[in-house]
Amino acid sequence: MLLRRILTRLLTTLVTLLGVSVVVFVVIRVVPGNPIAMMLPPGATQADIDRLNALYGFDRSIAEQYVIWLGGVLQGDFGTSIQARQPVLRLVLNRLPATLELSIMALVIAVVLGGFLALTGTRLRGSRGEGAIDVTNGMALSVPDFLWGLVLILVFGVLWPVFHISGRVSPQYIQEFTTNFFLFESVLRLRLDLWLDLVSHMLMPALALAIPLAAIIGQLLKQSLKETMHLDYVTLARTKGYRENHVILREALPNAVLPTLTLIGVQFTFLIGGTVIIERLFSYEGLGNMAIDAVINRDLPLIQGIVILFAVLFTAINLIVDLLYAVLNPRLRHA
Amino acid sequence: MLDARGLVRRRLGLRLWLSGGWLLLLLFAALLAPWIAPHNPLEQDLFTSRLPPFWMPGAEPGYWLGTDSLGRDVLSRIMHGARIALIVAFIAGTATMLIGATLGLIAGYYRGWADIVISRLIDIWMAFPPVLFAILLIAVMGPGLTSVIVAIIVIDWTRFARVVRAEAMTQGAMDYVASARVAGQRRLGTMLTEILPNVLPTIGVLLTLEMGIAVIVEAILSFVNLSISTDAPTWGGMIAEGRLAIHQAWWVLVFPLITLFLTVLSFSQLGEGLKDRYDPVLR
Repeated sequence: MLLRRILTRLLTTLVTLLGVSVVVFVVIRVVPGNPIAMMLPPGATQADIDRLNALYGFDRSIAEQYVIWLGGVLQGDFGTSIQARQPVLRLVLNRLPATLELSIMALVIAVVLGGFLALTGTRLRGSRGEGAIDVTNGMALSVPDFLWGLVLILVFGVLWPVFHISGRVSPQYIQEFTTNFFLFESVLRLRLDLWLDLVSHMLMPALALAIPLAAIIGQLLKQSLKETMHLDYVTLARTKGYRENHVILREALPNAVLPTLTLIGVQFTFLIGGTVIIERLFSYEGLGNMAIDAVINRDLPLIQGIVILFAVLFTAINLIVDLLYAVLNPRLRHA
Repeated sequence: MLDARGLVRRRLGLRLWLSGGWLLLLLFAALLAPWIAPHNPLEQDLFTSRLPPFWMPGAEPGYWLGTDSLGRDVLSRIMHGARIALIVAFIAGTATMLIGATLGLIAGYYRGWADIVISRLIDIWMAFPPVLFAILLIAVMGPGLTSVIVAIIVIDWTRFARVVRAEAMTQGAMDYVASARVAGQRRLGTMLTEILPNVLPTIGVLLTLEMGIAVIVEAILSFVNLSISTDAPTWGGMIAEGRLAIHQAWWVLVFPLITLFLTVLSFSQLGEGLKDRYDPVLR
């Protein structure tokens, strides 16, 4: 049964991805402005235009272009960026690590912060402290990452300038890296100086992304904990004389954590979607920032590649979460 | 226990009042902006550039919240920006609701192939990063207020469709719906007279939340310079300008940011407040 579930899920994922590629392809090709026109020097002849159109395939019908493009994609060829004149796949893969590192850092912050809020809220339940945590959560939840980013820039970039508010790493360090996973590499090579510089650049954008998610995690986990705390086995643990902290962490938490895990999976994709504008705000050289430049430059092949990559990332995460859930939840395993 | 509940009630009431009050104030400022704004929001005057807000040394009377690097009055621009923000909120919010809720209702009540198609579409839409999708659509349609509104509708209809579909499915399985059908009512009639009224509170809450989202999307798009022209007073445009001049004139960033913050917070608190009050399902 599990196998069949996995296969069905894989199939729907494929259908979704195919749908995404069709939508992107069609939307982009409705562009009224001709992207070719922007590449030409003034005084180019019609023959030049035709030649470039043929080169990028813009002279064929949309359906034909799609089939050709899809054929290329299946062989790992996403076309050539109009602006950078380099393979889209290479450009995109070069930027992907920056976005992944930022997203994962944000996720870790969100989980730690949200978990802390939920546990403290449970520990303080019934007191003013719990009320304060609920209000904080509500605030953090209703304001999106873009605004948190601006607030962080004001507070930690201007009023009390302790963190960097633009870029990924200080310019003098860029030559030091051999891979594009800067943060990961700095840890592996035990380069504390590089690591500190990276973190002081990444902390603000990561925190901006993390705050809304932390609030969601805090809210849901606290709710689940509250329900679990009323169960008989928890009362039993308490009558056995275990301390409150032990009861919450060891008895209630393991049973309360599953809904939050699922939620984190879904919300993680939203967080990655948020990197687009946050990277722009903090001039962080990731995929999102490149995407906005590509849109402004009307670099069709590049936009296409980036959107598809994001979609693959999203569906992959959803797939993994679903499968993990099926494996982790014994009730679904035998369903 | 009773005490605690009273406390929650009172806080809810306060929340609704505060957020409603701020939105009302904003609405008035937006409607009356041409008459009550102290200056023309587009008027540039290099002699009055980067004036600080009224309480700081060097401030000029009449420029309450200071001026930007081109000498334009920040307060007047915020008030005129409120017009754009609220127009987008109302039009985009309502249209998104109409389209999303209709599709959700059909998918949830009729099920069958309609549900399969709509659900698959929702899946596809969920695989797009929303901000990137919005920027892409604007790039395709060309910048402008209409494009911003269309982009929001195209992207966000799934928010309504998802929730309303689930809700319509639950309602559709209930006995009162079956009895309406047994009594001879047709499917479309049942959907409109039995299901819809029960889903309306949910839709209302979602609409309030959607308006807040529309405001933020407009701000983001004008921040990356894809909303209406750069001259026009938009909160996002002001924020983008302020971000660049943050060390010289912080007020150009701070005041529109506070306004945007309060507005988004108010819409969502209003939605949450309505949810707690009227909607037993979402609660």
